[in-house]
Amino acid sequence: MRRHPGLFLSLIVIVAIAAVFFVYPKGVGTKVLPWKLGLDLVGGSHLVYEVDLSNVSSTDQNSVIAGLRDVIEKRVNLFGVSEPQIYTAQSGNQAQLIVELAGVKDVSDAINQIGETPLLDFREVETNGSSTQYVFTNLTGQYITGAALTFDPTTNAAQVSITFNKEGADIFQRMTAANVGKPLAIFLDGQLIEAPIVQQEISGGKAVISGNFTVAAAQQLVGRFNAGALPAPIKLVTQQTISPTLGTDSLKKVLFAGLIGTLLVMLFMLFYYRLFGLFAALALTIYIALTLGVFKLIPITLSLAGLAGFILTIGMAVDANVLIFERIKEELKRGLPRSSAIEEGFRRAWPSIRDSNTSTIITAVILYFFTSSFVRGFALTLLIGTLISLFSAITTTRLFLRLFIKDKKDKTA
Amino acid sequence: MLNIVGNKKIWFTLSIILVGAALVSIALFGFKESAEFKGGTLWEFSVPGQNLSSADVENEFVNNLHIVDAETNYDPTNQSFLVRFGTINEVAHQADLNALKTAWPSFQELSFQSISASVGASVLDNAIIAIILVLIGISLYIAFAFRKASRPISSWKYGWITLLTLFHDVSIPAGMLAVLGHFKNVQIDSNFIVALLVVMGFSVHDTIVVFDRIRENLLNHKGKVPFPTIINDSVNQTLARSINTSLTLILVLLALYFVGPADLKYFVLTLLVGVTTGIYSSIFIASPALVVVSPKDER
Repeated sequence: MRRHPGLFLSLIVIVAIAAVFFVYPKGVGTKVLPWKLGLDLVGGSHLVYEVDLSNVSSTDQNSVIAGLRDVIEKRVNLFGVSEPQIYTAQSGNQAQLIVELAGVKDVSDAINQIGETPLLDFREVETNGSSTQYVFTNLTGQYITGAALTFDPTTNAAQVSITFNKEGADIFQRMTAANVGKPLAIFLDGQLIEAPIVQQEISGGKAVISGNFTVAAAQQLVGRFNAGALPAPIKLVTQQTISPTLGTDSLKKVLFAGLIGTLLVMLFMLFYYRLFGLFAALALTIYIALTLGVFKLIPITLSLAGLAGFILTIGMAVDANVLIFERIKEELKRGLPRSSAIEEGFRRAWPSIRDSNTSTIITAVILYFFTSSFVRGFALTLLIGTLISLFSAITTTRLFLRLFIKDKKDKTA
Repeated sequence: MLNIVGNKKIWFTLSIILVGAALVSIALFGFKESAEFKGGTLWEFSVPGQNLSSADVENEFVNNLHIVDAETNYDPTNQSFLVRFGTINEVAHQADLNALKTAWPSFQELSFQSISASVGASVLDNAIIAIILVLIGISLYIAFAFRKASRPISSWKYGWITLLTLFHDVSIPAGMLAVLGHFKNVQIDSNFIVALLVVMGFSVHDTIVVFDRIRENLLNHKGKVPFPTIINDSVNQTLARSINTSLTLILVLLALYFVGPADLKYFVLTLLVGVTTGIYSSIFIASPALVVVSPKDER
């Protein structure tokens, strides 16, 4: 780079120009890869469900959560949401399912459909004279792999066949063996929906519930069994819904503030450091283009906090330039020729640039690991911004200075 | 050249008063925690053309929705009402929404969030862990980075003083938020925690710039110049850059404060106060403090 500053600088500028086209929201880039914006900028719902894992053994927890995720994903997809985001987070016996829906017209409907996930379980029936008691068993919907509407081959009556997985089949076999001639109650969300009489011990994990069902009633029961396969109860604990109006307004304002902030920083650099400041301003432009390009490429979902974090890095990106330029001024005062002063300035400013950026990186990393989704966006943009700003303030600015600032001929070192 | 080290008693006194006032405010008023931390509902809506006051809104909540604990704030930039009350479920939300739409046909929901208390508590716990980790992480890094500057004071002392200035720089904006919470009902949310963390990450920049110069001057002079003189020279030599590096950030923050989205207003204000405090502490507190902790025969 020392030999061919022009070549390397041209390369950086070309990449930056490409990045501008790539990130410009109305340009070619949008066709290739559109921007991902957070719910707080486009409007939408952020729902957090708490999963009760207290009745799930620790070895099963991962598969239970994965199963829940699938069920909810299927339900969410029914609303035609573009790319619903569903995350899971777990700590101990507490697990959370985070559902993000962008651009849903009727959030309330979506919430109802997701939330009304019934929990199915089987209970043994004990009759004591006139009172009936239902005794909990460990056979729940999580052991059901599926249910279907079938018809009795002889009578043609509607019936419901259910299939258990292997574990469920064993439990079901033991339960039916112990309850021949007695009813076995099926509960949905604590409500008794059916109590068929056990005819004989059933092995093999397939059971048929026959009764005086109408086809419609049997169908409803099948639906409930399938839905009830949800292995653990969930509860909506957090809802954040932002209207598209508010989101768009925030986006416009934060972009405008970013633009004004950038111009102020550039003007300040030009005013205070003159020609050097001009190069810092150019490097800052390249920084903005490259960073946005990286954000889009990864891709990072930009939230309001994330954009704010990025705008802050614009104010920090020139810090290294300030440190370097002040050093160069000192070296010039000591009588060094311009080119050596520039090299000395970069060399001597480096330790403080390194140390101060390390402290920002420490902060960003800790922020990223100890916070939830909204703040994470901020931490990530801060981290990436800091890393790229090191490149732009040091490499890009140095190339500019090497290329355009030459020693005056009459001056001797 | 400014005699910063010589007048250190003035700066220390000023800082002790400010930090003391901040800590007293926090102890007296505490923070107004947002729904995000303590659970609850935050409902933002606008009712164009109705010319309602916050009291009208609260009355409507009590009489029509039977929500008695509603606290209403008007946000002039968005021309919207922010109403806070206890957690409600989605069914109640829909019922209330319909009731309000009937009462005010132009009612427009801007945002709605309802958060249960258990979620909020874990957010706050994580935030406190994050703050402590950043304090320790940065201080340890400083102690490590300045390991070569071990005479006349050990590099651990650079770390300790950094910890002290970080505490100084976050307590003042935090105290301001406690005062704002008490008098203007401003609530703290996770943005506030982020702001404090960024203040820490950033205010240390200036401190590092001065410490770095001290490190360099110490190595160059090797005990020929008295320690307090080296410190005072270093602070003066780096004065312009300490101020300029923060000034560029302050310019960006001012833009965000005045033309940015209303949601970020107090986040940006916390940062502004914190970063300004950070400039002050790196020049007037961190470096003179190095003299205080140096051995007596070096002063």
